Amino acid sequence: MSDQHKDINEDIRWAKINEDVLRSMENPRMGYWVSVVVCLALLSLAVIAEVYQYNTGMGVANLNWPQMWGLYIATFIFWIGMSHSGTLLSAILHITHADWRKPIYRFAEAMTTFTLMTAGLFPIIHLGRLWNMYWVLPYYSDRGIWPNFRSPLVWDAFAIGTYLTSSALFLYIGSIPDLAICRDNARGWRKKLYTALSLGWRGDDRQWRHFRKAYLIMACFLIPLAVSVHSIVSSDFAMSIMPGWHVTTFPPYFVAGALYSGCAGIITLFVLLRYYFRFEDYMTLPILDKTCKLTFAIAMVWTYLNLVEFSSVWYGHDMVAKELLIDKFTGTYSPYFWAMLFLGSVVPFTMAFEKIRRSISAMFVISILLNIGMWLDRWMIVGPTLSASYEPFAFSVSWPSWVQWFIVIGSFGWFGLLFLVFVKVIPSVSMYEVKEMIFHRRHIAHKDIASVMHRRAGDAKPSGEAGLEGVKS
Amino acid sequence: MKKARILALFCNFDEAFAAISDIRHYKVPGVSVDDVTVISPIEHPEIEEVLGERPAHVPKFTLVGALCGSTIGFIFLAASEANFTVQPQGGKPVIPLPSNIVITYEMLILFSVFFTLAGLMIGARLLRKRKSLYSEKVTLDQVGIEMELEEKYVEPIKKLFRQHQVLEIREEVIQ
Repeated sequence: MSDQHKDINEDIRWAKINEDVLRSMENPRMGYWVSVVVCLALLSLAVIAEVYQYNTGMGVANLNWPQMWGLYIATFIFWIGMSHSGTLLSAILHITHADWRKPIYRFAEAMTTFTLMTAGLFPIIHLGRLWNMYWVLPYYSDRGIWPNFRSPLVWDAFAIGTYLTSSALFLYIGSIPDLAICRDNARGWRKKLYTALSLGWRGDDRQWRHFRKAYLIMACFLIPLAVSVHSIVSSDFAMSIMPGWHVTTFPPYFVAGALYSGCAGIITLFVLLRYYFRFEDYMTLPILDKTCKLTFAIAMVWTYLNLVEFSSVWYGHDMVAKELLIDKFTGTYSPYFWAMLFLGSVVPFTMAFEKIRRSISAMFVISILLNIGMWLDRWMIVGPTLSASYEPFAFSVSWPSWVQWFIVIGSFGWFGLLFLVFVKVIPSVSMYEVKEMIFHRRHIAHKDIASVMHRRAGDAKPSGEAGLEGVKS
Repeated sequence: MKKARILALFCNFDEAFAAISDIRHYKVPGVSVDDVTVISPIEHPEIEEVLGERPAHVPKFTLVGALCGSTIGFIFLAASEANFTVQPQGGKPVIPLPSNIVITYEMLILFSVFFTLAGLMIGARLLRKRKSLYSEKVTLDQVGIEMELEEKYVEPIKKLFRQHQVLEIREEVIQ
């Protein structure tokens, strides 16, 4: 068990870090295969539902005017939101030199990439005519038409495409030194794979120098990019004149919600990886504690923005929007709306207690509850507004059919499957950054050693060798 | 004149840096710190102070990417909009600035990221075949110093490395 007060065990040998992480990529245990089967089963449900919907028509999903978006778009926003914490937090913590990110950022970035890949499926499924998805891409065609570049839906395609590409590259670039470690320790087909993926990395000073600059620059680009992506997703709603959607605070509300659900997702995966791969030395309780504090803070921002939205609608002049708000609290959707408020705004207060923040099992349950709350939040954005338009003849409440539910459930299987493949192909803990973290912390912890290690090139060699053992790798 | 490449492995940064310090002070006449390449499992925070300032041109690539992305992005949008006037404009300009800024911005970032990656690959000399002297121990826990020298300097440098508790020295003739 790691030291309960330090972010990481500073006495751990560098060779052991390699051993522990590389071991997690080999010899799957029974639990891994069970997880694969469960994910495949969930994915099969989605495939069956999609084939049925494809052959029969969108009516089987209970999607009809005015309820045209349903769970598909709600879940699309949910997965886009989940994608935000991984890369965004990794980038922010990287440029602010918060080194506790180092053991956990790799899987968080992977989460970003895979949630985006999952989110991207929903607009395609929602179209019904899957084969026409490419029409949103701007290219010169025989049809002689271009997409409407004024539409936020086209902005979405550009923003999500850019975010997915940039996030995947950010994940990949950050993994190159670790892929070189894998290359040096692998055999057979894995060695060929990692030789190709590591791009000839050998860790010389020229490579590190360029690597650091490139990684920092990409981190700086990813922060505004992540904010822009969810702002643009919020524009899908806010730029319409539908009641409940035409709200000024929607962009920050969406970004806060995205960060919130992403942080909760990180906690869930943190617990799972720590348990399955016995990463207690790297995914330590103090790091979980810090992640929970961050999640709590973001939960309060999300709660505040909810209150701002309610009050601005309440004191506004749009009576239909006000009626919709009252309906959310008292009408057909009220149980889900209250559940969303409870799970999103009340449950996070449990994280005010250190004992709970440091309880693995408690935080696992809480993180799942938070994400259920955030999924309900997305449904409460889409569902109630579409059921209460400005025109009374359009009032209708419709519930998702089993087809929608199966596809939503299957998306979790798809995400899980991608993640399970990831943890066996790419190191889920950044080995070289954990070594850096330990190295830097030893500098702080042992001033005498630090003075030795900080010796400039021109300084005289230290008289004694005392303290060197402590910094020996 | 024959040249040789040597790779010396040290158990920690301290000994490696001490050896470089001696090279910097011309303990081996004719060999300078510019000939030194440090290979390590992590980037030492003060490696530049040991080796001296060495350039990294990645930001220049990024700047070119940003300029290309914003220019190409906007021109692409404007050109396609100008070629598609059949689309209802709703009283708005054919080439609207506010909505085009969004996609132009995304293109700026996308191209910047691509060019940054290109800068990394070119600057760091990735995608090249690794030198045969490479040791897998440097991705584990050892620090390497690699040098390309004229043959007459090889023995003095080896002697210097031995003074700093070098673990292993590998050597190959390259010319």
